[in-house]
Amino acid sequence: MTTTDTLSTDHSRATADGSHSHGVGPLPEASRGSRPTSFDVADFPVPNGREEEWRFAPVARLAPLFAADTDGVLSGHGVLTTVVEAPEVQVEIVDRDDARLGRAGEPGDRAAAVAWASFPRATIVTIPKEAVASAVTSIRIEGVEGAGTHEASLEPSATHLLVHAEALSQAVVVIDHLGHAALTETVEIVADEGAHLTVVTVHDWADGSVHASSHRLRIGRDATVKHIAVTLGGDVVRITPDAEFVGEGATVKMLGLYFADAGQHQEQRLFVDHAVPNCISRVTYKGALQGEGAHTVWVGDVLIRAAAEGTDTYELNRNLVLSDGARADSVPNLEIETGLIEGAGHASATGRFDDEQLFYLRARGIPESDARRLVVRGFFAELIHEIGVPDIEERLIGAIERELEKSMSVLDSLSEGHVDGSEVSLTTERA
Amino acid sequence: MSTLEIRDLHVSVETKEGAKPILRGVDLTVASGETHAIMGPNGSGKSTLAYSLAGHPKYQITSGTVTLDGEDVLALSVDERARAGLFLAMQYPVEVPGVSVSNFLRTAKTAIDGTAPPLRSWVKDVRTAMDNLRMDPTFAERSVNEGFSGGEKKRHEILQMELLKPRFAILDETDSGLDVDALRVVSEGVNRVKAGGDVGVLLITHYTRILRYITPDFVHVFVDGKVAEEGGPELAERLENEGYDRFLTTSTSVL
Repeated sequence: MTTTDTLSTDHSRATADGSHSHGVGPLPEASRGSRPTSFDVADFPVPNGREEEWRFAPVARLAPLFAADTDGVLSGHGVLTTVVEAPEVQVEIVDRDDARLGRAGEPGDRAAAVAWASFPRATIVTIPKEAVASAVTSIRIEGVEGAGTHEASLEPSATHLLVHAEALSQAVVVIDHLGHAALTETVEIVADEGAHLTVVTVHDWADGSVHASSHRLRIGRDATVKHIAVTLGGDVVRITPDAEFVGEGATVKMLGLYFADAGQHQEQRLFVDHAVPNCISRVTYKGALQGEGAHTVWVGDVLIRAAAEGTDTYELNRNLVLSDGARADSVPNLEIETGLIEGAGHASATGRFDDEQLFYLRARGIPESDARRLVVRGFFAELIHEIGVPDIEERLIGAIERELEKSMSVLDSLSEGHVDGSEVSLTTERA
Repeated sequence: MSTLEIRDLHVSVETKEGAKPILRGVDLTVASGETHAIMGPNGSGKSTLAYSLAGHPKYQITSGTVTLDGEDVLALSVDERARAGLFLAMQYPVEVPGVSVSNFLRTAKTAIDGTAPPLRSWVKDVRTAMDNLRMDPTFAERSVNEGFSGGEKKRHEILQMELLKPRFAILDETDSGLDVDALRVVSEGVNRVKAGGDVGVLLITHYTRILRYITPDFVHVFVDGKVAEEGGPELAERLENEGYDRFLTTSTSVL
């Protein structure tokens, strides 16, 4: 694929501890693991955009979620949470002082700390010990104020969700975000010994929405968690999944799919903390961008602590830029404190349409717009098939088709007036 | 009965030093049912001719004409040329990850015919064509050209030619990189297409060995971007014995 100067593959965010690294960021830390976490909002000043973890983010647009004027506490009731659970699964609405809350990790930034400080009541979804859910459990988080408008007169709100898969249980949980909202959210995902848990989080907000979501995964011995983050709609969506292994032999597979249109900011910052031996992590995020000001950020931090012998990890990010004016930042960071591992790797690539692919397809009679659709579908196909939840796979294929309708109409209008083969040069890099 | 006519075709490619002429006045007429072998040393412009006819944007037509039954081919886009009946079997087919061969073939067939082929007969046609080319049925579910061996890529090109049924097929060094068995299988495929209709074939090759399997009606020797000599199949035999040295000496002396 051709890279262009409108893109960035930025490796500047890294640790300088002598392990595998890519240079030194503006605020060097000894290790990703030493970045402060806290349940106290006061420990996180309101971001100004120069902090490492906010440097790609439009902090002004996210400001409603920082609660600067209200001492870090939001009081809005802008979203409604509805759960349709599998018969084997229990759902409770609990007060914020429930002892089960707050046991998976700690907030790692201002928005996450505000979410923790603000939620009035929490939703707990429990898959009991050894239960095998016979159906998908569906959680719908819907903005209810001013839906469908562009006005900023939203009530910034906070929610808290705990998904707890007890020992040896199995379940699929889907969290849908839709409507119009300004929401900072915590999702705790706890998988006890031997549990098999799939969590799909879909962010398909209406225009004008801003959303920060702190996912904190706590993965027990021999447990397997598949975490799938899909971002399609909303003005600003920033997801920070932190995965922590607390028992040996566990596996986490983190998949992500995003499609940014003009003006959208979609950010995903992952942290996989290998603190115990013999765990496996796989991270695969793929995104497409089109339109002026479409911006995606992927930061994938993996830390293999000295104790985590036998670790096997690989992370990958791919971005497909469909038009001018879009920007994809992709920053993989791998920190290794022990040499006694099975494997550790990362890959990142951002590119345009491959002109030779388009030529090949068009040389078989396939019109240009159809050829582009084929290439984009193909780009996401493998990732979608890895999800393993047929309903979700179908929904995502449908969602990508709808995104393509939007993006192709933009591209089609661009290529009007071009005759003969020269229209291919739309995406050709000129030396 | 159709005719593909190339008249005084000049083609350049953009380089850092400016436009570099590759084809310097090619004249060639191919009629339905005829097979023309285009032979010549490396760098003589054979592949440039192939890609120029298909409309690859890298190649700039500076003068000359290409017509298909009088229609101006050069005014058509890449996909319009394919739909008009031109087919290029590429020397280096391109990988398209995530797009299955079966989906690709059906999409192409639908585009060429203007209507989706009836499912039942289409599935049968694909299976028969793959059997003929000794391709494993699982091939249809693989991504286009991804991880294909050299032989698999060439079989896949000929598979497309068999299914898309072009009026004129340009085979760009289809024989390169093939072992004897694969060469025979691929040649049989080309001969089936030839036997099954009125296709005109432009067979571009550096070597004569594919001409033992596919008999040309005409042989054209390309040197320095134009046709230096033309003849019947006997010219290929002569090249087999003498090589291209005779032509290269001539062109060097001109310089």
